[in-house]
Amino acid sequence: MQKEMAYSFPDEVLKHVFSFIQSDKDRNAVSLVCKSWYEIERWCRRKVFIGNCYAVSPRMVIRRFPEVRSIELKGKPHFADFNLVPDGWGGYVLQWIAEMAGAYPWLGEIRLKRMVVTDESLELIAKSFKNFKVLVLFSCEGFSTDGLAAIAASCKNLRELDLRESEVDDLSGHWLAQFPETCTSLVSLNISCLGSDEVSFSALERLVDRCPNLRSLQLNRAVTLDKIANILRRAPQLVDFGTGNYAAELQPDVFSNLAGAFSSCKELKSLSGFWDVVPAYLPALYSICPRLTSLNLSYATIQSPDLIKLVSHCPRLQRLLVLDYVEDSGLEELASSCKDLQELRVFPSDPFGVEPNVSLTEQGLVAVSLGCPKLQSVLYFCRRMSNAALVTIAQNCPNLTRFRLCIIEPKTPDYLTLDPLDAGFGAIVEHCKDLRRLSLSGLLTDHVFEYIGTYGKKLEMLSVAFAGDSDLGLHHVLSGCESLRKLEIRDCPFGDKALLANAAKLETMRSLWMSSCAVSFGACKLLGQKMPKLNVEVIDETEPPDSRPESYPVDKLYIYRSVAGPRFDMPPFVWSMDEAVKILH
Amino acid sequence: MSKPIEHDYIGLSEQQLPSMEKSSDKKDGLHLKDTELRLGLPGSESPEREDHDQNVLSLKSFVSGAKRGFSDALDGGGNWVFSGGSGGGTEGLFSPRRGGKNNGGKDLSGSDSGSVLKDGAAQKPSVVQEKKPQVAATSSHGNGNIAPASKAQVVGWPPIRSFRKNTLAAHPPKNDDGDGNAEAKLGSGCLYVKVSMDGAPYLRKVDLKIYGSYKDLSSALEKMFSCFTIGQCGSHGVSSGDGLTESRLIDLLHGSEYVLTYEDKDGDWMLVGDVPWEMFTDSCKRLRIMKSTEAIGLVTRQCLLPNK
Repeated sequence: MQKEMAYSFPDEVLKHVFSFIQSDKDRNAVSLVCKSWYEIERWCRRKVFIGNCYAVSPRMVIRRFPEVRSIELKGKPHFADFNLVPDGWGGYVLQWIAEMAGAYPWLGEIRLKRMVVTDESLELIAKSFKNFKVLVLFSCEGFSTDGLAAIAASCKNLRELDLRESEVDDLSGHWLAQFPETCTSLVSLNISCLGSDEVSFSALERLVDRCPNLRSLQLNRAVTLDKIANILRRAPQLVDFGTGNYAAELQPDVFSNLAGAFSSCKELKSLSGFWDVVPAYLPALYSICPRLTSLNLSYATIQSPDLIKLVSHCPRLQRLLVLDYVEDSGLEELASSCKDLQELRVFPSDPFGVEPNVSLTEQGLVAVSLGCPKLQSVLYFCRRMSNAALVTIAQNCPNLTRFRLCIIEPKTPDYLTLDPLDAGFGAIVEHCKDLRRLSLSGLLTDHVFEYIGTYGKKLEMLSVAFAGDSDLGLHHVLSGCESLRKLEIRDCPFGDKALLANAAKLETMRSLWMSSCAVSFGACKLLGQKMPKLNVEVIDETEPPDSRPESYPVDKLYIYRSVAGPRFDMPPFVWSMDEAVKILH
Repeated sequence: MSKPIEHDYIGLSEQQLPSMEKSSDKKDGLHLKDTELRLGLPGSESPEREDHDQNVLSLKSFVSGAKRGFSDALDGGGNWVFSGGSGGGTEGLFSPRRGGKNNGGKDLSGSDSGSVLKDGAAQKPSVVQEKKPQVAATSSHGNGNIAPASKAQVVGWPPIRSFRKNTLAAHPPKNDDGDGNAEAKLGSGCLYVKVSMDGAPYLRKVDLKIYGSYKDLSSALEKMFSCFTIGQCGSHGVSSGDGLTESRLIDLLHGSEYVLTYEDKDGDWMLVGDVPWEMFTDSCKRLRIMKSTEAIGLVTRQCLLPNK
């Protein structure tokens, strides 16, 4: 064998070099160079990210990567966030934990998104991993405060406990008291999702007291405003803070206490929480506003004038989440005050109302696009849009990487011309060459998909609703978007043809969701037969799809690539199109 | 990343696909006949849209027949007891009615003709659910589409996470009118509560705000949970041991009864139906469908009385 430089390095040297390579993509590339690099790399991979927990089995992961210390798993499809995925669909983490408990005694970090986590899983984590440090449960469900108590009690070196947006069964607030007195390692604690009226506040205070490294703390709504000062004084080193309730009767001493507490936090850069805001207490924040880079007021039901005042004190703001109470006028102020703005999310205060309740239109977004050249990420709910506005936004912000527009009423046309919004979104994909994520809304024909297929070469995730005219639309996307990983579609007239013609494309993507479209059961079966590396799952809650003719469309369809084969934890309303799985009549 | 090769699975090769220039000549409403992709399934003709219509139309009667089979099973058992109350009517909570889940054809997204077809031309996907009272629940998990206000709700639209919706609903936004009107102005907010059923392997969630009465709620729950009573749990390889066993199914068939109960704000478990609907939605924290034998201890004057 030729003694080339690369091959003459001892394994230890290669291992050392590889340890500087953190990104999964790079690591995957490294492992493809040659067999020996594959071997070395797999023994020293410490972090694994699995974007779809059903794409691979725990056993396979363990077999290939025996020394993992950190794992991240995602479960349900994104549309589960909007209740399109019925309960019981799947995404259970227990089996993963059980297998990893045996194989990875040194596992230190578990990050889960949209998974079902039971108390049993949490208890298993608590007793299996002696060096457990980080638990992030993002948008998870299935567990109670009992499970949290197990984690608190057993994990002696816990650094991070983040429950953001999870659904927790609040049985008792006393789980917090389970953190032993010896636990001083907490760096991050996010309990904002907890509803319990009795989060044991004294336990919380003591915990904060003894954790000098606490940098990030998000309280839940039950914690009242008067308690904030106490907490902040115990943790002036906080960088990221989420208040609980921000409402109380205005009392001068409470106010000055609060203002003083905030001003003592010299590192504070990010604020959130702000449920039930009393505007009179907002000025207590003014001392830290000049340093703020991130502000999440998306639960704060305060009106535009108060928002404007606050925002005008925050020139360094990079990230703003807010309700549409901000109105166009507030966004214009934002555009003139916050030149560093990178991310803007505007949520609807009255999403189901027929008439607009606030004066928020496309003008607000146009103003921000004009005033904030660094804008990269947009999520915007509004009730009207025009092609002209979208073109302007596209031209002003060529650096957009994420653009999600939700015009509340489906199929709303350009309000000025009554045209579809094809040209507007076309401009977005054409000008924003780095666009990775796009959500469409409004009246859209197949043309918009033509644009997306032509220009959206870096597009990784596309969300489509109530759009398009024919299979051609879907075909444009599947055949044109080279980087597409996740495609989710609802209520569009896309049927079998484009799907079958682009079947191979599906193996290059993480997943495809289609609901209330026109894909027939026959086509699903065909896909399932012809594409063994895809799991084709039909979801139908009313009756088995094979009780109807094959040409009948399926209700919901979820297709994802997998090396693990079909799963066996499906509930009765999910049917696998894999031939190996018997479907009983 | 290079463009993936498209396999010719179904006799469809790239040349047959209409070019983009051709399609861009068309007006916004694309004329499908010109650009229609031919399917050519092996050994069969591609179904024309008109045939498709026919299939579905004749399907409806076919489906009714099939569904009668389902509801027969339901007729045989599932005598659900419902403790009267406003809007309870004479029907039991889960009593089988003119064919249980029969909607006269499957509802894809809730509208009465589904998104399958309207005519031979471009399909118009169903957007908004029609306000048909008998369509108490759609194929989505019990998120019925009864319009309480003047606007019918589409499931999962606008795309707002439940967490956010529940937060806004629980504390309606302040407005100039003061607290008294805030609730009314919020209109159709939403209020997700968990529903558990004794013996079922997992919980469901329903949005109480979309139902206008106990009757609507009961028919929605019936649809959601009837699959558990028919023993479908066992037929798909679900390995969880919590699925209903055969002996339980027999219990149901022989008339063992279920009652719907709820946990109120004070943490007490009450029978559903005793109080006016609005009061119920205000105070209900979660629902539980429990065996009537277990419900004996519940405090209510109407305990276990069938219907009214």
